[in-house]
Amino acid sequence: MTTLHLDEVAESTTARGFWTRSRKAGAMYLLLGAFAALVFGALAPGGEVARFTLSENSEGLAVEVPAKLGAVLLGVLCAAVGVALLTRLAAHHFGWATAVAIGAFLLSFLCWQVAGDFMPLVRTASGTLFFALPIVLGSLGGLFCERAGVINIAIEGQLLMGAFGGALIGSVAGSVWLGLVGAAFGGLLIGALLAVFAIRYLVDQIVLGVVLYVLALGLTGYLYERVMQTEQATFNNPGTFREFAIPYLSDIPVIGPVLFEANVFLYIALALVTVVYFALFHTRWGLRVRAVGEHPAAADTVGIRVQWVRYRNVMYGGMIAGIGGAFFTIGSTGGFVKGMTNGQGFIALAALIFGRWSPTGALAAAVLFGFANQLQDYLRLIDSPIDSQFLAMLPYIATIFAVAGLVGKVRPPAANGQPYVKG
Amino acid sequence: MSSDEQGPASGAEPPAGAQPQTGTDAPAGTDAPAGDQVAAGEQPPAGGPRGRSFVDGLTTANPGTVTALAIMLSLVAGGLIIVFSDETVLGTFSYLFSRPSDAVSAIWSSVGGAYGALFKGAFIDVETLRQALAGETAWYRVFRPISETLTNAAPLILTGLSFTLAFRSGLINIGGNGQAIMGAIVAGMAGFWLHLPPVLHLLVALLGGLIGGAAWGFVPGLLKARTGAHEVIVTIMLNYIALNFLVWLVIQEGVQRPGRNDAISKLVDDNAQLWPLAGDNLRVHAGILLALVAAVGVAWLLRRSTLGFEMRAVGSNPDAARTAGMSIGRTYVAAMALAGGLSGLGGATILLGTAHSLTPAVIGETGFDGITVALLGRGKPLGTVLAGLLFGALRAGAVRMQGAAGVPVDLVMILQALIVLFIAAPALVKTVFRLRAERGAAAGLAAARGW
Repeated sequence: MTTLHLDEVAESTTARGFWTRSRKAGAMYLLLGAFAALVFGALAPGGEVARFTLSENSEGLAVEVPAKLGAVLLGVLCAAVGVALLTRLAAHHFGWATAVAIGAFLLSFLCWQVAGDFMPLVRTASGTLFFALPIVLGSLGGLFCERAGVINIAIEGQLLMGAFGGALIGSVAGSVWLGLVGAAFGGLLIGALLAVFAIRYLVDQIVLGVVLYVLALGLTGYLYERVMQTEQATFNNPGTFREFAIPYLSDIPVIGPVLFEANVFLYIALALVTVVYFALFHTRWGLRVRAVGEHPAAADTVGIRVQWVRYRNVMYGGMIAGIGGAFFTIGSTGGFVKGMTNGQGFIALAALIFGRWSPTGALAAAVLFGFANQLQDYLRLIDSPIDSQFLAMLPYIATIFAVAGLVGKVRPPAANGQPYVKG
Repeated sequence: MSSDEQGPASGAEPPAGAQPQTGTDAPAGTDAPAGDQVAAGEQPPAGGPRGRSFVDGLTTANPGTVTALAIMLSLVAGGLIIVFSDETVLGTFSYLFSRPSDAVSAIWSSVGGAYGALFKGAFIDVETLRQALAGETAWYRVFRPISETLTNAAPLILTGLSFTLAFRSGLINIGGNGQAIMGAIVAGMAGFWLHLPPVLHLLVALLGGLIGGAAWGFVPGLLKARTGAHEVIVTIMLNYIALNFLVWLVIQEGVQRPGRNDAISKLVDDNAQLWPLAGDNLRVHAGILLALVAAVGVAWLLRRSTLGFEMRAVGSNPDAARTAGMSIGRTYVAAMALAGGLSGLGGATILLGTAHSLTPAVIGETGFDGITVALLGRGKPLGTVLAGLLFGALRAGAVRMQGAAGVPVDLVMILQALIVLFIAAPALVKTVFRLRAERGAAAGLAAARGW
């Protein structure tokens, strides 16, 4: 598959005029759809039914799809969207077309996998959000930095520090809420270092991010061994947030248990995405932040304090990512384990880029990546022949495709990574 | 290496803020301002160091002084971390003012014990030497610390060289980990699937490692050249793709060790293992020689070859290089493939030298460590070798430190990160120690670039 797309690139460089973003995407959906219809359709057992139940288990209402027919038809739908994009019929609805094509492709895949079995949609949705939460919060943390023009590839480090701070402070103070404050402080620590070294000392921000990641890895690992491991009960026993059901709203079927009967982190994340979206695109503050990230010299000329905006944003970002890190400890399992974030910070970076540096985009990307995670668990459960490691690669592959411009090139804030020196 | 390669990066460089975004409409994502400082070492030193006195050299912010002080500062910071996480020491703080001597001696024994063990584990333990001289213990035990240092240094130098080579071409290769993993995978498969005569088998396995890593470096190079996809993003993503592939591979039939249920591969043949250099009691193997050869090779490539010249030119100023008729894209691809090959060799030395079988954690964070090595080495092959030896020594000593003083090995990562942080921000070290600014003010690694 990869080589094929590289060929496409070669073509696109020779004939850029014809191969617009939507045509390239259309060609890809056409191929994906054809692949789905032929391969998934052929592999799906005939006569079997794929049941998608609208609940936590096999009970209750269900949507039943004949596996073979469903896989083929959904593949054809994906391909049809591709053709529509290629012929410029749907060029004005690129976003919707993409959503339909990817959705159809995934469902076609599921028809094959679920055949003869069932997939509980409520649990799948809850699980998806569960996995997506640290990714969303990490992405938002990165977004704060990068929209103001400071590259943050230390998100993984901030998540780790947040997870550690949440567990430590939560245990010592005996309160998960104080643990959350501790987590924000942990993320803030890395954020502050990032800010000082990037803004004051003009260190290359990519290099800096890597170094801060190593620092966070070492610091949490060291303190874990030295402080936590010997006295788990005192220092690594924070307890976890209880699920919190919003009255009335949680009684809504399907949506209720997914969205309104969840971890406090879900509410924090959804609130933050909404607030950040409006703040960034519809307030004076947001305009200033974006100005600093796109064109600091111009921002400076009109009296915006560029460095101050950057300091503040990088620190906010650190705190948000730290809170995201707390999800790993006080949000789910409780205790801290060395290196427990396990690359989720880099997935958050991927979601940020894949979501085109926008809060809603980051949310969508995080949900997609969270779904890839949830799907791994599900496929393991039903003993699927698909190995979970290949699903685990998907977010990374998708991001490479996005930055290579195969599905519409992503564009970072113009001044991202460039220090500003008045003069 | 010629003398001007090692010359202090003191030349007529632009000051630290030379790349601020000054507001002209620079297109997004270009690496145009990347290189000026990357190629710092190439510029003739202004003023010449001969006219300066020794004291002058010590008190100005030149790279040597900054490096030494950065290491010192990091050790002090590490000492503080040791002190404030040691319960015995913290206990003495409660009566600090009535008997301060207790606190002082507790701090001394805590920090001194840790760093003492670190030194003994990395270089030499005088006590063991005395015993060996008295005939009470075997001589190999005297050399074990050095052996461990060299063993640890080999992959660090190789992954460090990988970052260095890409860095000099104006690229940041964060993909050392993934490239090392792919190198280890191919080397491992060549090691346990093929059965060849002694020397040949090792060569084939090493070549496999080189190719595996090079392939993994080639992809971001090609994407950068063809589509402008930023190599940092692509290499980070490829790291995790490689890791997942490794996790998948080791549990496949034919790869997984027969009779085992956990994630571990077969052992590589004896013929494919790197030769031990000092007998069977010591771990040191030919990997360190390979690393040194690679360093010489990289130095030669950068200084003497046409390709190396193009790399440095592209790294310094892509626009000028393009104007001079060089192919930027071709250079990027070559640089990334070569850098990947070096990391792949690093992975192969781990696998064929010490690990001998694939596990999900076989590479660990070696690629990221290589980045810190290269940064400490200031983007020069010789510097990278020295930095690799230092970090290798820290690693070797850390094991002893954990055993003897109960200080977790993770302290080494903290020290590593701090050293590089201080070096990357010479202005900070300068302020702390009140050094005088060197003429032309070296900007160190403060090269700024966007995505």
